[in-house]
Amino acid sequence: MKGRDVPAKNGVSIARKLKRNKTLLLMLIPSLIMVITFSYIPMAGIVVAFKKYNYQLGIWGSDWVGFDNFRYMILSNKLWPLTRNTLLYNAVFIITGLVSEVGFAIILNELSRKKFKKVAQTMMFMPHFISWVVVATIVLNIFGDHGVLNNILNSLGLESFNIYSKAKEWPVVMVLMKLWKSTGYGTVVYLAAIVGISPEIYEAAKIDGANIWQRITSITIPCLKPTIITMLLLSVGGIFRGDFGMFYQLVGNNQILLETSDILDTFVYRSMMSTSNMGMSAAAGLYQSVLCFITINLVNFSIKKIDPDYALY
Amino acid sequence: MKVKKHSSKIKTSYDMKIFNGIGYTLTALFAVVCVIPFYLVLVGSFTNEKQILTKGFSFFLNKESFSLEGYKIILESPNSIFDAYKVTIFVTLVGTVLAILIVTMTGYVLSRPDFPWRNGFSFFYFFTTLFSGGLVPTYLLCTKVLHFNNQLYALIVPGLFSVWNMIISKNFMKAIPYELVESAKMDGAGDSLVYFKIMLPLSKPLIATLSLFTALGYWNDWYNCMLYMSDHEKWNLQYMLQNILNSAESMTRIANQTGMVVATLPTESMKMAMTVVATGPIILLYPFLQKYFVKGMTIGSVKG
Repeated sequence: MKGRDVPAKNGVSIARKLKRNKTLLLMLIPSLIMVITFSYIPMAGIVVAFKKYNYQLGIWGSDWVGFDNFRYMILSNKLWPLTRNTLLYNAVFIITGLVSEVGFAIILNELSRKKFKKVAQTMMFMPHFISWVVVATIVLNIFGDHGVLNNILNSLGLESFNIYSKAKEWPVVMVLMKLWKSTGYGTVVYLAAIVGISPEIYEAAKIDGANIWQRITSITIPCLKPTIITMLLLSVGGIFRGDFGMFYQLVGNNQILLETSDILDTFVYRSMMSTSNMGMSAAAGLYQSVLCFITINLVNFSIKKIDPDYALY
Repeated sequence: MKVKKHSSKIKTSYDMKIFNGIGYTLTALFAVVCVIPFYLVLVGSFTNEKQILTKGFSFFLNKESFSLEGYKIILESPNSIFDAYKVTIFVTLVGTVLAILIVTMTGYVLSRPDFPWRNGFSFFYFFTTLFSGGLVPTYLLCTKVLHFNNQLYALIVPGLFSVWNMIISKNFMKAIPYELVESAKMDGAGDSLVYFKIMLPLSKPLIATLSLFTALGYWNDWYNCMLYMSDHEKWNLQYMLQNILNSAESMTRIANQTGMVVATLPTESMKMAMTVVATGPIILLYPFLQKYFVKGMTIGSVKG
């Protein structure tokens, strides 16, 4: 009797639930359309990676080629350098970014002149507001053929150099520009976390005679640990996703620099646009998506084992 | 005892002196480094082409090499810069308003503790941040099915929804006492009325921050323009700048429009002038907006 009652009751309650939440469900529709159109349907479109794409026939009409696109990608010997570049650049960005962001957050927190801090923060945050296109102009202005740097070198009697033709040195420019653009932003995140630390802990430490270094290493940094770990996990989880805007704008199609500065994201775009090899481009994109998916899950799984409090989801 | 205390006090202040010395110097240096490139671009935009080509971009603006030719050419090439401004402003305004509406609406529904499917839907949205189909399927969908080519909505639609902003709104609204919703519903208000009359007014700080971030995203966008806009009359500011920086074709077009020969165009100072024109409004507004950004970055950052 009871067993028969429950499903019936559930059936009624689902209909009633739907009716009761009608407005709320309607309010979800715009965003549902967005994620379905721009995220879920493209996921189904992954099949193009296994097809020989033909513009006339479209995704569904094109012929299946199995893993040919992947084989071609591997045979072209591009896969490993691209993966390595993406990974290494991001690793360097993560480490240098962490050090500079946490460092400046700690420094700004300890400095006592309010006005100075405010002005400095405003200045440091400014590069966050511009697009990578503008950063490209800045690189041209400073490091280019007619750049300020060469101008200064010349006036010192030194020989000028063209950074745009130096593949080996180019990564330095990338790291510098990345730090330049994002340190101010990251500093604010960590500074907000430091401000949340109870001032009583610092007072107590001061009374006990702890000096500034001791306060930083035994109070500030341990208290920042949760924020640092969360930020690290997020960035490590996305370590195979490169900053397309940065690489595309700063490197562009400069063939000399591509050797050391081509990443998966730019490769996917370029092969889609120039060689119109949709299949291989999609294969590279799928390879990257899967790599990202595995990494973020691996990161989340490991941290769940170590300390579930830090789990991302 | 007294002596010991005294010495420790001196020691502390000595440490503090070193720290302050390093701290103020490093911060001041980096802050200056952050701003100098803007200054250099500005100087470059006012320097005449001959000076740039022979000596390079300089650190200081001097009287002999001062020139407005870069700006002149950019403003002379008929309409294109104004067209680009119109596109950017239109897209930024419409996009931001719609995006905020969609994002906060979704955040509101998922923040309601009485919404029975909130976990399922939350995961449905969140999953899109973990896995994506990649650029090719999205591009094919947008060009072949949705016909984004040379349509202004191609610059607006892709930025309308952000899962991260939605999570921020959800967390922010979760912190608003649910009793307010309950009592309003007791008085007969529907769910949409609660959203418009209670949640939105109480979420002003959230809306301010999200609007700024979204507007900045639209203003600085060149990616969608690059993917879908081949018609240069519909280019936005950033993409126009990108083309002036990189493509000879753009230079030829400008030369034709202004009745000049490409070789005589002041290309380098034009690049700088165009950058100033495209970035100017953001940089001028920046000091006023900055505090909202900083305040807002901690909004809704509670994990959940």
